[in-house]
Parts: sequence; C-alpha cells; structure tokens
Amino acid sequence: MSSNPDFWSFVFGRLSWESFPLHEPILVITFIAVALGGAAMLGAMTYFRVWPYLWREWLTSVDHKRIGIMYIVLALIMLLRGFADALMMRAQQAIAFGGSEGYLPPHHYDQIFTAHGVIMIFFVAMPLVTGLMNFVVPLQIGARDVAFPFLNNFSFWMTVSGAVIVMMSLFVGEFAQTGWLAYPPLSGLAGSPGVGVDYYIWALQVAGIGTLLSGVNLIATIVKMRAPGMTMMKLPVFTWTSLCTNVLIVASFPVLTAVLVLLSLDRYVGTNFFTNDLGGNPMMYVNLIWIWGHPEVYILILPAFGVFSEVVSTFCSKRLFGYTSMVYATVVITILSYLVWLHHFFTMGSGASVNSFFGITTMIISIPTGAKIFNWLFTMFRGRIRYEVPMLWTVGFMVTFVIGGMTGVMLAVPPADFQLHNSLFLIAHFHNVIIGGVVFGMFAGISYWFPKAFGFKLDPFWGKMSFWFWLIGFWVAFMPIYVLGLMGVTRRVNHFDDPSLQIWFVIAAFGAVLIACGIACFLIQLVVSFLRREQLRDLTGDPWGGRTLEWSTSSPPPVYNFAFTPVIHDHDAWWDMKQRGYTRPLHGFRPIHMPKNTGTGIILAGLSIAFAFGMIWYMWWLAALSFAAMIVISIGHTFNYHRDFFIPAEVVDRTEKSRTALMAGE
Amino acid sequence: MSAPTLHAATPAEEVAFYVTEEEHAHSGASTMLGFWIYLMSDCLIFAVLFACYGVYGRSYAAGPSGADLFDLPLVALNTAMLLFSSITYGFAMLEMERNRKGMTLLWLAVTGLFGAAFIYFELYEFAHLIAEGAGPQRSAFLSSFFTLVGTHGLHVTVGLVWLVTLMVQVANRGLGEDNKRRLMCLSLFWHFLDVIWIGVFSFVYLMGVLQ
Repeated sequence: MSSNPDFWSFVFGRLSWESFPLHEPILVITFIAVALGGAAMLGAMTYFRVWPYLWREWLTSVDHKRIGIMYIVLALIMLLRGFADALMMRAQQAIAFGGSEGYLPPHHYDQIFTAHGVIMIFFVAMPLVTGLMNFVVPLQIGARDVAFPFLNNFSFWMTVSGAVIVMMSLFVGEFAQTGWLAYPPLSGLAGSPGVGVDYYIWALQVAGIGTLLSGVNLIATIVKMRAPGMTMMKLPVFTWTSLCTNVLIVASFPVLTAVLVLLSLDRYVGTNFFTNDLGGNPMMYVNLIWIWGHPEVYILILPAFGVFSEVVSTFCSKRLFGYTSMVYATVVITILSYLVWLHHFFTMGSGASVNSFFGITTMIISIPTGAKIFNWLFTMFRGRIRYEVPMLWTVGFMVTFVIGGMTGVMLAVPPADFQLHNSLFLIAHFHNVIIGGVVFGMFAGISYWFPKAFGFKLDPFWGKMSFWFWLIGFWVAFMPIYVLGLMGVTRRVNHFDDPSLQIWFVIAAFGAVLIACGIACFLIQLVVSFLRREQLRDLTGDPWGGRTLEWSTSSPPPVYNFAFTPVIHDHDAWWDMKQRGYTRPLHGFRPIHMPKNTGTGIILAGLSIAFAFGMIWYMWWLAALSFAAMIVISIGHTFNYHRDFFIPAEVVDRTEKSRTALMAGE
Repeated sequence: MSAPTLHAATPAEEVAFYVTEEEHAHSGASTMLGFWIYLMSDCLIFAVLFACYGVYGRSYAAGPSGADLFDLPLVALNTAMLLFSSITYGFAMLEMERNRKGMTLLWLAVTGLFGAAFIYFELYEFAHLIAEGAGPQRSAFLSSFFTLVGTHGLHVTVGLVWLVTLMVQVANRGLGEDNKRRLMCLSLFWHFLDVIWIGVFSFVYLMGVLQ
C-alpha cells in the first residue's frame, strides 16, 4: 500500500480505510441491515425479471404521471431516513441529562440534526411537492404531458442523485455537522476540514439543478399547454399555486446555486467570500442563503394550500368560496415571500429601521394567509361535508397551522425575536407549519389523488389511524418544545444539565413515537389497500365527485391522459361538464402525438453522482472523467432528432373501449 | 387551433367539451418560453455575483485595487471582440432566415472565432493578474472579481461548445425547423452574455478604475 503514496493519493484522493465508520456500531448495524435488505431486494428483482420492465416502463419513462409517482416514492423512502434521525435526536435529548451522556456523542449528534433538516426539506418535502405537481398539473389543465418531457425525467433523476449522495455520506465518510444551512465560518475549510460539508454542497447542487429545471418545465407547461378555453382565471387553484411555486423555484434556486458555488470556491480554491479575514464576510452567506431559503418555505406550502383548496371544495360539494381572492392571495404571498428573508437573522444587528421593515413585511404575509383560511371555512359553511381521509387532513391542518402561523407572527416581532432566536421555540414554530401545513397537505393530496394514480382508493380505516396518530403525535411532540423554547433552551444541544427540563423532552419523545405510529399506519395502509384493491376499485374515474379535469379521465389515466383535448368553460371544468350532461366520446379517435422514452436522464444523473464523489474525495481524475462523460452524452443526446411518435388511432380506440366495458361493469 | 367540433351537450345550449382536430407535432412550441425562463434564472446567478462584487468591491484587504490592476485598453479590445461576435451572430441569423446554409455556417464560424479571441484575452488577463500575486485568494475584492468575470467567461466557453455542436448539426441536417429553433436559443444565450458583459465592463472595470 505504502509503496507509492503519491499514486494512491492520486487514485483515492482523501479516501482511506479510516473514512469508513467501522468504529460506530450504530452505523455498522445500519449498514449491514441496508446491505442485506438491498441485496435481497435486488436479488428478488433479478429473480422475478422485473429489471427490463422497470427500465422500459419507469426508469426511462417521460410520462409525467409515472415521474410524479416516482418522486413520491423517493420522498417516502427518504422520509423513513429523515424520521429515523428525528427519533434518534428525541431519544438522545430525553436521556442525556446530568451524569448521562446519552448514546450520541456531539460529533454524531451534529451530523444527525444536519442530515435530518437537509433530508426533510430537500428530499422529502420537495419531492412530495414536485411529485404531486408533476402528476396533477397536466391532468388539471387538460394536457397530455409537460412541456419538456425529457427534461422532466432528467430533473427527477438529478433529485434522486442528490438523495443518493446524502445517503452515501452515512457509510463513506461523514455528513456536515453545521446545521441544515451550513453557515460559514463553521462550514468553511478551517471550521469543517472534513468531507461532510462537501457532501452537503454537492448533494444540494445536483438536486438543485433538477429542481430548477423542473420549475422551468412546469411554468412553460402551465403557461403554454392549457386546454382551449382555460384562461388564467379558470385555472384550478392547485395549478395556480403550482404556477406560483414554480415561479418561486426559478426565482430562488439560482441564488442557492450561486451561494453554494461561492462556498465551494472558499473551500476548494481558497477565495475569501465568507472567511473572517482578507475582506470576507460570513453574513453575506447568511443573507444570500435566506434569499433562497425564505421563498423555499413558500415553495413548499403553496402547493399544500392548493391541495386543501381542491379537497375542501370537493368534499363539501361546493364551489370554492372566493376563488379570485384565493388566486390573488397566492400571488401576493409569492411576491411578499421575497421581502422577508432578513427575519431569519434580526440578531445580525442591521439596525432598527431594517429590522422594522422586515418585521412588518413578515407580519403582512399573515393577511393573505388568513384570507385563505377564511375562504376554506366559508367553503365548508353550509356545505355537505364528507369527512373522508383527505378532508380530515385538511381540518387537522386548519387547526394546527393557525397556531403555527401565530407563533410565526410572534417571531416576526424583532424585540421578541431577540429572545426567541435560535431557541427551541423557533424549532417548534417551523415544525408546526411544516408538519401541520406541508406534511398534512401532502398526505391529503396523496389520499385524494391516489385512486387517480392507481385505480383504487386507499383503505380509509388505516388512513384515519395514520391521521389521528400524526395529529396527536404532532401536538404531543411539539407543544413541550414550545414550552422549552420559552424557557430559553437553545437548539442543537445534545446534553443538558438542568434535570427539571427532562420531563418535557420525555413527553416530546413520546410524541415522536406517536408520529412513528402514524407513519407505520400509512405504510400498513398502502399494503392493506393493495391487498383489498378489488373492493376499493374505482371504475368511474371520479371516486370523490370531483370538480376538476383530472377526474374526467379514467383511473389510472391512459398514457395520453385525454383521448380528445377537453374544452373548458368554467374553473370547475369537470363539475360543469357533469352538470351539462357531458357524454364520453366513444369513436372517431385520432392518432395521438407523444414523446418517446429515453435513458439519457438516468445515465447523466448517475454520472453526476460519480462527479460529486470525485469532488468530495478529491479524486480529481474521477471528477474530470465523469464530467467529460456528462458533456459528451448531453451533446450526443442532441443528435437524436426522433423524440416522438404517434399512438395509432386503433390503440386509442381499444383503450377507450375497454374503459367503456369496465364502466358498464363487464 | 382548429375550430372545436361539437359533440356532447344534449340539454339546453350547445357546448363543445372537446376538440377532435388538433394541431400536430407541437413539440418545441414551448421551447422559446422555456429558454427565456432559463435565461432569467441564469440572470439571477449573475445578479448574485454582481451583488457580491457590490459588497466586496472595495474590500482590498490591503492588497491591490482595481485602479492598480485593470488594463483598460486590453479590456476595451476584449469588449470589442464580444460585441463583434454578437453582430456576426446576428448576420448568421439573417442568413438562416434566408435559408442559406453555407453563409449561416460561415458567420457562425466568424462568431466562434471572435468568441475564442475573447476567451483568450480573458485568460491572458487572469494569468497576468495571478502572476502578479493578485489571484482570487488575495482579497475578497479579487475573489468576487474573478468569480464574476470567470463565470461570464465560463458561459462564453459553454456557448462556444454549443456553437460548434450546432455547426456540425446544421452541416449534417441543414436548416430544418429543429435546427432553426436551436440556433435561435443559442442566439438568445449569446446576446444575453453580451448584455451581462456590458454590465461587467461598466460596473467592474470602468468604475473600478474610477475609484
């Protein structure tokens, strides 16, 4: 080994045997479990010969519905990882008092809270949101696919690559110990000389490219591909919120990309952007990352608002109250989300005028948000409310989110923020809005659109179990955190001296266990629903009495979504069609123009993992080689001019006939 | 869009719920919009880099300033290269509109040469600065200078690779609809870089020398 150290350090960079965490029993056991489980699954997949099917029908698919489903599968897998981190933290804080050090040393604990934040935001919440938008938006606007189907596939795989890079850090090297936004100077080379921050940077850069491109894609889709008659003020509310979210993505992710490039330059080249000497300024990083970071929370919550709007009007069998005000509220939130970033660091000391400005803009956001809450309430008022699972999530959201919003307004008051900054009160606040808003919204969306995606409803019993465990679990887990925050306990601490605090952490840990039961119930729900799929089958394509276009086609929809492009006269287009006695067309089908599948996206994304790995471990040859390969393959891809095909009219005819037969109960 | 054909709507009024005739092969119809949106997102990356330069532009850390370092005649020459390349790209687009493949390729080649000259002068300037000890590590001012100007240069380099690729594709497949659309996208990209450079030239070099 030591015969030629230069050669080996050229080949492996800074990767060595010490990089593998063999001394950490938790990681070794996890690794063995993951390796055995993974090997068993891969073996089974090979044995049952599903690889060709998977490759042809899913991995290379440019169908927005399949890509949407794959995003959500990714999110659910990453949710398990992110939640495992949460349980570990809760367990540590519940036992590490006085003489007990707990089981997680600071080095490990710091990685866990960083990974928890990064994974939950970038690889759970984002894929859930993007996945739902991908699946639903083209169906709601009567389109057959997104504007750039190949780009959509590529975006998805880049997101997966980002997730893979984060997961690799678990077993090869370490993850960042800096908190989820990696503030310098701690994240600089002097503060974090290891590979952790580099894993963080490259995971986010790779996934960020995917997110940005999918934002461009969905804006172009919504602007250019709406069915005839669908003017902007006839757009379903979920599509409106998706449009605003994607505008926010395109207007904020470049800032994240740029600021992470600057941090990488500090780390790799030795520039002085965020250092403490030679003119650098770490607060510049904090400003820039929050210019991305604040819009990011609205990127997550706006589609959830859209889901609630759809769910409320469907399950109350009423038009949404105040459609126009809902749209304007969404747009106002979109704009305001750009003018509030400084409230994340009032304590920077930018002076009373600056802090007042950002405090006031922050408080103003509660006005359009409050308008939305009232719109939902007025929609429910005198509606025929059906408390199906999606509606339960919606009501649970309204109760929970209002509390989270109010603690947010408290934090928006600069003098109060000086007390609450960096305390557990803040942690409780943002979990309150993210779990109570985004997560509840995404579960509402999943249970609402699941029958559309798979042709059968989710089992309501286990759905209700999951809902109640999540709701009660959330309150039990986070109310003690609010209390602790008000008592002045700060975040990111792995050991406490004051024994009087312990009971609150124990209660919070119990709440986390309840949430774990909620997740388990959700997984059981998936299995039970699959087993009972014949009883839960939806043959009509419209299981809830829906109002928007996605319910006008079959469940699951055919590849081409709509045999004929629909024409829209009202923003509740499908409801309108049903009222006016629409009948399904049964003949006269035409060939349909569709994009072809391609493997380029997954190959490029795979190479991006190799590139990131090379950069993280200073294996420059690997980085250079994989980068060159990415360029060559991208250019090669542009030499393919035959990217689409026609589905023959006979195939469309056959598909539609079989649906007719199903609906007739044959 | 062809006129909607009536099918359903038994009661009351006659309303069309779907179209039977559709416009065909609309792949690429959204490309220009999509590319504009992408360009605007790229513009934001430059906005961040300009903002950084705005903040760090006087943080010399007791090192050299813009007035000490910038060689305006060289930068003027460089600017001329890039502006000429924009004009010649315009000529290429005019020839493309006339469906003259040979002339289009010729003007694209000229554009590429101007672009390459721009990159050459920029690298020369960078090498010179680094040799003088004014590399990107010297001060936050130089960090932000090298990053802003270098990011622009990187974009021009990508544009050059793209240009060569498109030249091969136009040579092979002529000026079809697809290739025209691609040339149009590169045209947007190329002129966009010109606009950014005018910002760099005025904001970084001219104001840097002014002190």
